Amino acid sequence: MISLAYRDVSNSFGRYLLTGIGLGLLIGVTLTMAGVFRGMVDDGKALLRSAGADIWVVQQNTLGPFAEPSSLPDDIYRGILALEGVSQATNVAYLTLEVSHGSRSVRVMLEGIDADSNRLPLTAGRPVSRSHYELVADERSGFRVGDRIPIHRHEYEVVGLTRGMRSPSGDPMLFLPLKDAQEIQFLKDNDALFRDRRQLQENPRLNPPGNPALLDAVEESLFSNHRVNAVLVQLLPGTNPWQVADEIEKWLRLTAYPRDEMEEILIGQLIAMASKQIGMFLVILTIVSAAIVALTIYSMTQTKLKEIAVLKLIGTRNALISRMILLEAIGLGMIGFLTGKLAVTYWAPLFPKHVVLLPEDTFRALLITLVICVLASIAGIRAALRVPPGSAIGG
Amino acid sequence: MAVTKTAPVENNDTQPAILVENLSKTYGSGSSAVHALKDASMQVLPGEVVGLLGPSGSGKTTLLQCLGAIIDPSGGRITLGGDLLFENGWQYSDRRTLRRDRIGFIFQRPYLIPFMDATENIAFLPMLQGKSNKQAYARAAELLEMLDITERGGARIEQLSGGEQQRVAIARALANRPPIVLADEPTAPLDSHRAMSVMKLLHKMAAKSGTAIIVVTHDENIIPVFKRLYRLRDGVLHEEEGEGRPFDYLNDEQ
Repeated sequence: MISLAYRDVSNSFGRYLLTGIGLGLLIGVTLTMAGVFRGMVDDGKALLRSAGADIWVVQQNTLGPFAEPSSLPDDIYRGILALEGVSQATNVAYLTLEVSHGSRSVRVMLEGIDADSNRLPLTAGRPVSRSHYELVADERSGFRVGDRIPIHRHEYEVVGLTRGMRSPSGDPMLFLPLKDAQEIQFLKDNDALFRDRRQLQENPRLNPPGNPALLDAVEESLFSNHRVNAVLVQLLPGTNPWQVADEIEKWLRLTAYPRDEMEEILIGQLIAMASKQIGMFLVILTIVSAAIVALTIYSMTQTKLKEIAVLKLIGTRNALISRMILLEAIGLGMIGFLTGKLAVTYWAPLFPKHVVLLPEDTFRALLITLVICVLASIAGIRAALRVPPGSAIGG
Repeated sequence: MAVTKTAPVENNDTQPAILVENLSKTYGSGSSAVHALKDASMQVLPGEVVGLLGPSGSGKTTLLQCLGAIIDPSGGRITLGGDLLFENGWQYSDRRTLRRDRIGFIFQRPYLIPFMDATENIAFLPMLQGKSNKQAYARAAELLEMLDITERGGARIEQLSGGEQQRVAIARALANRPPIVLADEPTAPLDSHRAMSVMKLLHKMAAKSGTAIIVVTHDENIIPVFKRLYRLRDGVLHEEEGEGRPFDYLNDEQ
């Protein structure tokens, strides 16, 4: 038996292919949106993975350090270390800033780490070994081993590279010694220091005559930083993280999040709004794709209503005509899907945001495309079935 | 599928390919009823080509649609090759199969399926009937040869001239060897010479295949070639003797 769909498509293959490619670009955009969302989730998880903590300890009653500001004294970790089941407690500081890279600037997230507990997976170079002015950069930042990065008043040397370390916003991360991170966070320029000192000196309560030690103490307190954003806690094997978190909250009056809870904060709350927005885009793009397929199939059917009337008149079954329209719709969807998949594979690396394409998302997109095509073909099939065979006879 | 055999027509040795008795068709009801056909009777013998004439609105298309099992007559009887098709309703439950197997159609324009080549347009009907591809293509080749367009078999429809397309349409109508072909103004878009050429072909094919052909026409040039005519006036069908002129009579007149 002659395949009506194959013959019809062959007859106007160029137009059919171009329509499919157009649809494919739309599917590609839809897949990219899904990939951007997955990328955000992946970035959040990557950050948690890189920290390697079982518990995140932050300022009391905050969702810090990413969802809310969190500030802790940098000696609080000693109290945590004393708790039963804790094997390691490490201070950590985070800050986002723009750094120069040649003639351009790169937005990065700095993570101040304790050099002793630095277990980053490196793809090049070595870990941070000195206590100052060295850092390990994520490859996506564009830095190479040996690059020197000016940050405020100091230059930092890139000694190692790592991969897949991004902030929840998708910015590449730079890992440097904790003390340096603390300094960068609170370091002021010379003019600001001069103004602050003069203000202190002119304040008789802070600079009383005959007591210069008081002014020294105040300055020391103001111009140095002993705060961190969080303490990362690692537990001994077999220790219940919820129990230790309860102990930290009860005795140290801090807030402690086991890893699962921190993941929930990062993914469920921090990127919830973005995911809803992307979800809306996905729904709109899906509706637009469905409308385009439906309109294309309907138009293709409309252009051959006379031929369909003739086919019906000479005895062609409705099932054969319906199959032709359905197969053409599915074929269009398949061309669109393959084009979209191909397009997103090639253009995803060009996106500034991390785009993650999961096989299950691709499979889901294929299923949705097929369902849309089947639904879209209904309009065309209805139009074809409504054509009376007698309309082939007479003017 | 109930099929009722009718007795052979009296005073005629040959059983008619199609016998229509007292066929009527009324659209609407009550005071707004339109009687498109009133007790129309006709018969066409196998291999015969008859003309069906009448002004616009006289009921030609209605008669053709009734004979083609496209619309339901309001009354009367249709017998096709001895099988009762219609009497108080269609005797075939599946009219689409009836049209496919027993009735051929030729339209004003060829209305060939543009996404099939000439051979496929012809072979498609036997395929619908359940014939194998080999049988279907063999039948198509046979018809193409009879119509002298064998070399155009693989051509796409838009590559064929108007005359070639009409030939392919004739071949398609005959592909399933129907006892009757209904031709709805097949020469309407053609000039007088091409129209005559189509009429010649129809007569040739009718004679070769034994198929009866009813040709609806307005074309004054081709009317003289019919030996027998039916004329419809206000739903009433009248039989007339035709002139039966030779196909080249136009050349003689010029």
